[in-house]
Amino acid sequence: MQLLTSSVGRKVLMAITGQLMVLFVIVHMLGNSSIFIPGGINAYAEHLHALPPLVWGFRLVMLASVAIHILFGVQLSLENRVANAETYAVKNLKRATLGSQSMLYTGLLLLAFILYHLLQFTIRATPDIVAGVDAQGRFDVFAMVTNSFSHGIIAFVYIAAMVVLFLHLSHGIQSFFQTMGWNNNKTLPVIGKIGTVAAVVLLLGYASIPLFIVSGILKG
Amino acid sequence: MILDGKCPTGPIEKTWDKHRFDMKLVNPANKRKYKILVVGTGLAGGAAAASLGELGYNVEAFCYQDSPRRAHSIAAQGGINAAKNYPNDGDSIYRLFYDTIKGGDFRAREADVWRLAQVSNNIIDQCVAQGVPFARDYAGYLDNRSFGGAQVSRTFYARGQTGQQLLLGAYSALARQIKAGTVKMFPRTEMLDLIVVDGEAKGITVRDMVTGEIRTHVGDAVVLCTGGYVNVFYLSTNAMGCSVTAAWKAHKKGAFFANPCYTQIHPTCIPQHGDKQSKLTLMSESLRNDGRCWVPKNKGDKRAPGEISEEERDYYLERKYPSFGNLAPRDIASRAAKEQCDDDRGVGAGGRGVYLDFAASIKRLSEDTIRERYGNLFEMYEKITDENAYKVPMRIYPAPHYSMGGLWVDYNCESNVPGLFVLGEANFSVHGANRLGASALMQGLADGYFVIPYTIANYLAKTTPGKVKADNPECRKSVEDVNNNLKKLMSINGKKTVSEFHRELGKIMWENVGMARSEQSCKEALKKIPEIREEFWKNVKVSGSGAEFNQQLENANRVADFLEFAELMTRDALYRNESCGGHFRVEHQMPDGEAKRDDEKFCHAAAWEFKGVNAEPELHIEPLKFENVHLAIRSYK
Amino acid sequence: MSHDKTMTLTLHVWRQKGPKDPGKFETYEAKDVSPDQSFLEMLDEVNEDLIKAGKDPIAFDHDCREGICGMCSQVINGAPHGGMDRTTVCQLHMRMFKDGDTIYIEPWRARAFPIVKDLVVDRGALDQIIQAGGYTSAHTGGIADGNAILVPKDDADYAMDAAECIGCGACVAGCPNGSAMLFTSAKVSQLAVLPQGQAEAARRVCAMTEELKAQGFGNCTNHYECQASCPKGIDVKFIAKLNREYLKALCK
Repeated sequence: MQLLTSSVGRKVLMAITGQLMVLFVIVHMLGNSSIFIPGGINAYAEHLHALPPLVWGFRLVMLASVAIHILFGVQLSLENRVANAETYAVKNLKRATLGSQSMLYTGLLLLAFILYHLLQFTIRATPDIVAGVDAQGRFDVFAMVTNSFSHGIIAFVYIAAMVVLFLHLSHGIQSFFQTMGWNNNKTLPVIGKIGTVAAVVLLLGYASIPLFIVSGILKG
Repeated sequence: MILDGKCPTGPIEKTWDKHRFDMKLVNPANKRKYKILVVGTGLAGGAAAASLGELGYNVEAFCYQDSPRRAHSIAAQGGINAAKNYPNDGDSIYRLFYDTIKGGDFRAREADVWRLAQVSNNIIDQCVAQGVPFARDYAGYLDNRSFGGAQVSRTFYARGQTGQQLLLGAYSALARQIKAGTVKMFPRTEMLDLIVVDGEAKGITVRDMVTGEIRTHVGDAVVLCTGGYVNVFYLSTNAMGCSVTAAWKAHKKGAFFANPCYTQIHPTCIPQHGDKQSKLTLMSESLRNDGRCWVPKNKGDKRAPGEISEEERDYYLERKYPSFGNLAPRDIASRAAKEQCDDDRGVGAGGRGVYLDFAASIKRLSEDTIRERYGNLFEMYEKITDENAYKVPMRIYPAPHYSMGGLWVDYNCESNVPGLFVLGEANFSVHGANRLGASALMQGLADGYFVIPYTIANYLAKTTPGKVKADNPECRKSVEDVNNNLKKLMSINGKKTVSEFHRELGKIMWENVGMARSEQSCKEALKKIPEIREEFWKNVKVSGSGAEFNQQLENANRVADFLEFAELMTRDALYRNESCGGHFRVEHQMPDGEAKRDDEKFCHAAAWEFKGVNAEPELHIEPLKFENVHLAIRSYK
Repeated sequence: MSHDKTMTLTLHVWRQKGPKDPGKFETYEAKDVSPDQSFLEMLDEVNEDLIKAGKDPIAFDHDCREGICGMCSQVINGAPHGGMDRTTVCQLHMRMFKDGDTIYIEPWRARAFPIVKDLVVDRGALDQIIQAGGYTSAHTGGIADGNAILVPKDDADYAMDAAECIGCGACVAGCPNGSAMLFTSAKVSQLAVLPQGQAEAARRVCAMTEELKAQGFGNCTNHYECQASCPKGIDVKFIAKLNREYLKALCK
């Protein structure tokens, strides 16, 4: 029970669920990258959907992770706000970063983005969706994505969301190691750098798709 | 009156064990019926409150700071002595006993010092068990360093923060008892009076420093652990809040004050920088292990230290005391520094300073080794002076640091007022006329952990618990007196601030009753002190009200007591017509400038009885007998 | 080094009569400030002037004035203790300021530290955390020899690094979340690494972190502002150690 109520326990749960999501985000990015191989993403999607237990297992784990992460994230943030209600006349932070200070906001923005993203490409309920099949009769993910991202505004939303993800992860990845206790004064700066690099890679990996499409480099 | 220290008789090495057996005990079931009031939560008070609480007594502890973890014991840097003889270099309980007696210039009670040396070993074990991170060698054994006044390495240390670590150990033990409910803690609470009922100490009157409430706490015994009084000099190494107030109030209620003229001037402090300075900063004496004291040979030589060649330097401690060299005891090292400066060979702005040079050690051991040993001290020195002591020699000058004198106590640490026990720096018992380095921590913890738990039972066993109730007329009277006194302070509304008076008093004391005293200087001070006191009570300005957090009122009250105490201290310095340890009367010195004792006339403790603010105190004498060490001329050559 | 030049500074000082008073900034001028003075000595002088003018002097906590007691507690220009590396307010010297500078002086701000008056806060919550378990349950007396249990030098040094904490609360004041995690972790780590403290390690870490919450401190979100604020440079590695100890304790 301490895990669910104590300060450290809840943070550990946030760290673990956060890290699960990071793993998912990495896998998802690798999958997405198949868009750069002709016909790749359609094949990837078909293979994936041929394994419903895996997909649904994955989805359930992710759903639970998101729920736990958000629940405790909001709860801990609210507690922190109460614990430190007043601010100083002069602000003088030395080690806190934009990322570390905006975790709640970037987190909530990401939640909004995830909902939109699911609505768009998973449930396919947004007006921009083109649902067709390719030459091999597979669902044409490629056409759907390139069509949607050819709208400047949608591409922009995706790129912006990835910047938010970057901010969130620039603090979140290294924070995971600290919270799990896998850290000391020697590893801390290294892990901090690894966290930032990983966040940058994810940013570039994800943002490159809408960027390439909206700029006309990758065409449908 | 001839005072009896109630020392056990027989062979000295058996005294404490025998005495422990002879003393009465309190039945475990009865302990909680006794309430003990412990004032001060430094090493002595913290250790006492924790130990008494653990034994099952009902303890109330008080401190003026916001937490019991902040008492000034925390500032001790160098270490704590113990006769463990781990380095196999010839130490023993007897040698620690002997060194302490000799270091104190044969002005301490033998039996008390023996007990201190005997329990010193238990202290180390106790602190280790509490999780005090003493320095260890690579094999995991406790490490030792050497210290002034000893030729063996018996000092245990935790970097440059030994006092802090020992205090936090005692504090954590205290925290455990607070949690267990055996000790009730009252922080930000200052004792302003002792309540004596039928000749016995039965309570205290305190001021809640947050609300200003004056209230009494009654108990079956009072334990004062309120530290020393060298803030009488205004500038000292003590914390700003250190005062004589608790001890002085007890003195005014009948407790004798013994040897108040014994004050220690610590040799290695950072020289004063200006007249707005509020305190002096001490740097551990351990620096003298690797630093060499010198001044230019030529008078008035104002060149930078680097430009003064080896031949033009006078390593005066090594010259005068070849066998102890830079490790001569504190009083000797301090006076030697003063002599050089009086001779116009002092260094730095104002010429009140000598060099402490690490160049030779850095060359011999490497800068890293020196950094490992004293890094935090060098850092602190740089923060204050803006000078890098790895590159240029440090400048040091003596500063008031510790008071060996204090309330008179017998072998049981009990004052002449039954039920009033006094521990640590607040009592006069073990350091004689001079304290050796790393012995204050030892005494505080010895008294608190290993002496008071036994001796207080001997007193309590003879009393009925809860005899005095809060509605006792003495309590009411005490509250009234305290209130009137504070009201008076608030109502003067004069023109001078409390610090101005304190500074003035300090100057008089430092110049006339400081490192060197004479009949003339003491008489001069005795003339001036009452004058300032009189002016204080006519012209001090304290704003705000008594019923709130009011730091000025706190200070005013403390300075008012210093103004009374200073006179007693000076009187004692005038009375003690000899030089011994930290008390140096210029009329009494050897041809080479060493202190010259007069054992015929002054081989005793002088305990003074209060007779009124402007009346002469009455002198009581406790003769000192030396049966186990030979009363000799102290030599560190 | 002594400097002849003195400075004039403008101070904006938080004045608050008591815990319920709303409080506000008052402006004072500090004149003839010597660069060799400490920050508190500068405030002493301002107070002397205030007293003489019949005004209430600024209340601030201070005691040892040599950087070890942990009593002094002021946020200077947004930084606890003034933000100089490994320096408490009492060890802060005026040479770090320039003539004409404006300085904001505020109390520690956190819900767990209610303001007593002006710059004075109540840090009793830190004592409560220690009381929850920041000790070894060693009885007075009857203890085996100090060398009976060897402690590797690295462990002793590690414990000492943690034990240097002076309990001033700057970590809380500097933390955007008002968390006392660094303070708590320093004590947990010191005692967890020493064999003398290991017997109670699990119970201790749980009790102390529970108390942290009960006292109204926030949760650590790894900003590391605490280490940047700490006048003793206590490392956030001890927070990682606390987390590790906590997870170990949960597994028991």
